[in-house]
Amino acid sequence: MGVVYFDAASAEPMVPEAARALLAGLEDGWADPVRLHREGRRARLLLDQARERVAAVLSCRADEVTFTASGTEAVHLGVLGVVEARRSAARGAGHVVVSAVEHSSVLNAGAHAERGGTAVTVAGVGADGRVDMAAFAAALRRERTVLACLQSVNQEVGTVQPVEEIAAECEAAGVPLLVDAAASAGRMALPGGWSLLAASGHKWGGPPGVGVLAIRRRVRWRSPLPADEWPAQSAPGFPNLPAIMGAAAALEAFDAGRDAADAALRRLTSQIRERLPKIVPDVVVHGDPVLRAPHIVAFSCLYLDGEALVTELDKAGFSVSSGSACASETGQPSHVLAAMGAVTHGNVRVSLPRGTAQESVTAFLAALPGIVGRLREAMGQPAAGGRR
Amino acid sequence: MSPRRRGTRAAAQEAGGAGPAPEAAPRPPQAPSHAGRPEPEPPAARIDALGRKCPLPIIMLAGQIGSVPVGGLIQVLADDPAARTDVPAWCGLKAHQLVAVTELAPRPGWAFLVRRCY
Repeated sequence: MGVVYFDAASAEPMVPEAARALLAGLEDGWADPVRLHREGRRARLLLDQARERVAAVLSCRADEVTFTASGTEAVHLGVLGVVEARRSAARGAGHVVVSAVEHSSVLNAGAHAERGGTAVTVAGVGADGRVDMAAFAAALRRERTVLACLQSVNQEVGTVQPVEEIAAECEAAGVPLLVDAAASAGRMALPGGWSLLAASGHKWGGPPGVGVLAIRRRVRWRSPLPADEWPAQSAPGFPNLPAIMGAAAALEAFDAGRDAADAALRRLTSQIRERLPKIVPDVVVHGDPVLRAPHIVAFSCLYLDGEALVTELDKAGFSVSSGSACASETGQPSHVLAAMGAVTHGNVRVSLPRGTAQESVTAFLAALPGIVGRLREAMGQPAAGGRR
Repeated sequence: MSPRRRGTRAAAQEAGGAGPAPEAAPRPPQAPSHAGRPEPEPPAARIDALGRKCPLPIIMLAGQIGSVPVGGLIQVLADDPAARTDVPAWCGLKAHQLVAVTELAPRPGWAFLVRRCY
C-alpha cells in the first residue's frame, strides 16, 4: 500500500471545502477590508461571513472572534492580553495558573509574562495526563489570579481535560479561563464555560496560517502588541482572507461530520490501543483509555530510540510523530510525558486523519512488531518482557 | 511550531510543574528523595551512563539490574535529560524501587539509586 499519513494532530489534510473557499477567496477576497470602496466592502463582507461561520461552531458571537496567523499566536495574544489588561501599578502583575501539559505556546506565554513580573503556577497532572483538579482549583485562590489556562484535550496523548469542572471553579473564584481547544475543535463538542478560546485552522482541515482567538465580551483584554487598529477582529496587519475563508469553511464541514468521524476513528484507535500490548513486548500506551480524543494514540516502546522508530516507520510508509528527546529539535523529551511520569524514549504518537481506512491501521499493526524487533536487536536491548 | 521548546520545560520546572505521580515527575533540584530517611547502604553495582543518550541508560539499567542480588542496590549515573523522567518511569513499570535521585552538581546529571525488588 502507499504512504499512510498518521499525523493528523500536527496537521489534518485539507478538506475539499477548504480548498474551494480558499480559491474563491483568492478571486474575491484580496482587497483591504478596511477600505470603503467596492472591493474593500466585498472583502469586509467575506471576513464578516467567515467570523459568523466560526462563531456558530464555537457557540459565541461573531464580534467575539478574532483571526490570527496561527494557533500559537492566538494563545500568545489571549494570555498576554489578559495579563496586560489586569496589570496594576498598585496591585502588581497578577498570577496565572496553567496545567503542566499545556501546549508549548501556553507555557511559553506564561514564561514571557513571568519575565514581566507575573507569577505563574503550573498545576501537575496524573499518570493519565489529566490535570490535578484540586491543585488547579487551590492555585486559583492563591494571590491575585488574573487568568487560568486549560486545554480541552491534550495534543500528545489525547486525554480529555475536565474543562467544565475547572470552568465552574474559575467562575466561583472570579478568574477568566482560557481554553486551548486546538486539539479538539471540530472533532469533539467544545466544553462550555470558557472566557477565551484559542484554536488552529490547519488542525481541522483548513489551510495553514489561520488561528482563531475568541474573547467573550465581558472579559478584560488589552492588546499586548503596539495598539494598531484592530479593525475587523483580525490581529494587526493585513488579514490573509483567502486562508481565513478556507479555515471557516473547513471548520463548518469538519464539525458537521464530527459524530460520524468520532465513531469511525475511535473504533480504529481503540483497536490500536488494544492490540499494541499483545503484539509488541514492553510497550506502554499513554493517556486515558476512555476519556480521550478519537484520533490520537500515543505509546512508548521501551529500549528504543524514538527518532529511529519514526525514521523506520517513515521508510515503511507510515508518517507519525514522536515526543522522545532524540526526535525533538531541542534534545529535550516531551514535557507532557515528563509531567505524566511516563517513559519518554521510544515514543510514537499516531493520529488518524478523517477517512482513515481499516486497511491502513491493519498494515500499521502488521509492520510495527517487525520494525520494533529489528531496532531492538540493533540496539542490543535486554531480554524482552519482565514484570509489569 | 514545536511543542518542545526549551523554555517550556524550564518554565514548567521552575514553577514546580511536577506531576503528582510519586517518584516519576521532575522534582525541584537539590532535594534527594530519601531526605529524612536513613541513608541507604552503598550500592552493589554502578552504571556509568554519563554522555549516553536515551534510551541507552535504560537499556544498561535493564541489562544489569540482574547483576545485583534481590534487595540490593544499583546506582545509575546519567546526564541525558530524558533519563530524569525515564529511570523513575522504568522503575515504576518494572516494579523495582527508586530509592533516591541526587543531582550531580556542579556537573549536569543525576545519580539514581535503584533497589532490585525481584
